Amino acid sequence: MGQNDGMAGAVERLITLDVNGQQRRVDVLKNETLAMTLRYKLGLTGTKLGCDRAECGACTVLVDDVPRYACSVLTHSVRGKKIQSIEGLAAPDGTLHPVQQAVVEGQGFQCAFCMPGFVMATVGFLKTNPAPTRAQLAHGISGNLCRCADYNKILDCMMVAADKSRGA
Amino acid sequence: MPPIRDAMSAFELFQPASVGDALGILDRHGADAWVMAGGMDTFDWLKDRIKKPKVVVDLGMVDELRGIKDAAGGLEIGATTTLTTVANNPLVKERFPLLAEAALIVASPQIRNQGTVGGNISQDARCWYYRAGWPCYRAGGNICYADTPTAVNREHAIFNADRCVAVNPSDTAPALVALDAEFVIKRGSAERVVPAREFFIGPGIDITRLTVLQPGDLLTAIRIPATWAGKAHYFEKVRDRMVWDFALVNIAASLNMSGATISDARMVVNGVAAEPYRLDAVEAAIKGRPRDKATAEMAADLAVQGAVPLRHNAYKIPLVKALVKRAIRGEAEWATS
Repeated sequence: MGQNDGMAGAVERLITLDVNGQQRRVDVLKNETLAMTLRYKLGLTGTKLGCDRAECGACTVLVDDVPRYACSVLTHSVRGKKIQSIEGLAAPDGTLHPVQQAVVEGQGFQCAFCMPGFVMATVGFLKTNPAPTRAQLAHGISGNLCRCADYNKILDCMMVAADKSRGA
Repeated sequence: MPPIRDAMSAFELFQPASVGDALGILDRHGADAWVMAGGMDTFDWLKDRIKKPKVVVDLGMVDELRGIKDAAGGLEIGATTTLTTVANNPLVKERFPLLAEAALIVASPQIRNQGTVGGNISQDARCWYYRAGWPCYRAGGNICYADTPTAVNREHAIFNADRCVAVNPSDTAPALVALDAEFVIKRGSAERVVPAREFFIGPGIDITRLTVLQPGDLLTAIRIPATWAGKAHYFEKVRDRMVWDFALVNIAASLNMSGATISDARMVVNGVAAEPYRLDAVEAAIKGRPRDKATAEMAADLAVQGAVPLRHNAYKIPLVKALVKRAIRGEAEWATS
């Protein structure tokens, strides 16, 4: 830190992150993105890096329940916030989240590289609109790309996921 | 590991908790400091290593910069209020639906969840020659690579180009110009309030910037007067894909109706010039006329007078005409009259 020690707004590299309900101490560079921290510092490789440019959605995680592109978030900016990645969705006993369960049952993906991002985007969207129409859901998760272009099947699964999430 | 070119250069990071602290840091570091709100424009510059600021000032911890509140029938919107918040806010939707609509169709859901309204209006040009670091006019050089016989310039300007042919890419900027918004800018202990029309600048004023913001300046709030609250509004954005893409052309219009005739209007298109392009001639000509086909045809012809297309963007002329007609007819279902 040198000359900036003690100045208003200066940041420490060693910080604590709330990731999937755990407090994780981690040494974070100033220019490090959340996707890099999750994957390469914390070993949470379920968060994928597709484009690294906020243009594909593969790295989508929830920050305070809101879907964000982890490739385009400075890790330091989410100190004190609740970070949830795909690894944190299932219950401690291994029971899958309803969205995950719907994907398993519907086989909604082909190569599935984009799946963690789609699942997190859907979980986040359903928190704001638990009973969407198909069109609303498509709009809500439109920030995620599938290079297999399996969108119809993904939407089929996610509509089932919405029902399951509501306990319907 | 992803390609190393996507790793940002090292910088000192500041996360002030108040506007005062932020201004102090900006004052201390001057042109070395880069103001970051949502970061959606910032990260491209930094990951491409075209811009390598020594100091990044992250505004994310400054709570006083967020929020939407009533201001005498108008609204004051904090500069780092997210686009999602703007799009969903009941007061915005009730009074200024064109702004809510503009915010709702920016980029993608995740980007709207993080991107801010202040950042959306302050974002830099998308011209790929400029973005790729070519030494063009906008980058301080003495050539425009987008205006050559072989240039790819489908997305570039048709109005008011002056050496640089880049356009303002914002969706909320034309909406705010059409609402006579004002921007609150702080610098040190001083504060100035700049009308939307003066906030956005063309290459004739400064070819290296799209707004009046200079190093040391901090955009803190957007004030929208009550003038156009509850009037007839229209917003439409045309783009190649329904997600992510910037507008090829968008239009924002506010119309004050007296009975069946237009008594006053604001009409602004973006994606066609370096600043949101206000159609003054159209605004004057449609006063006292009904929102009918004849008015629309007349306005469409007026709107594109003076347009100078480049090799690949002449399609923007009929596109502007079509959008002007639709704005005057109010064809979308949520237009309020």
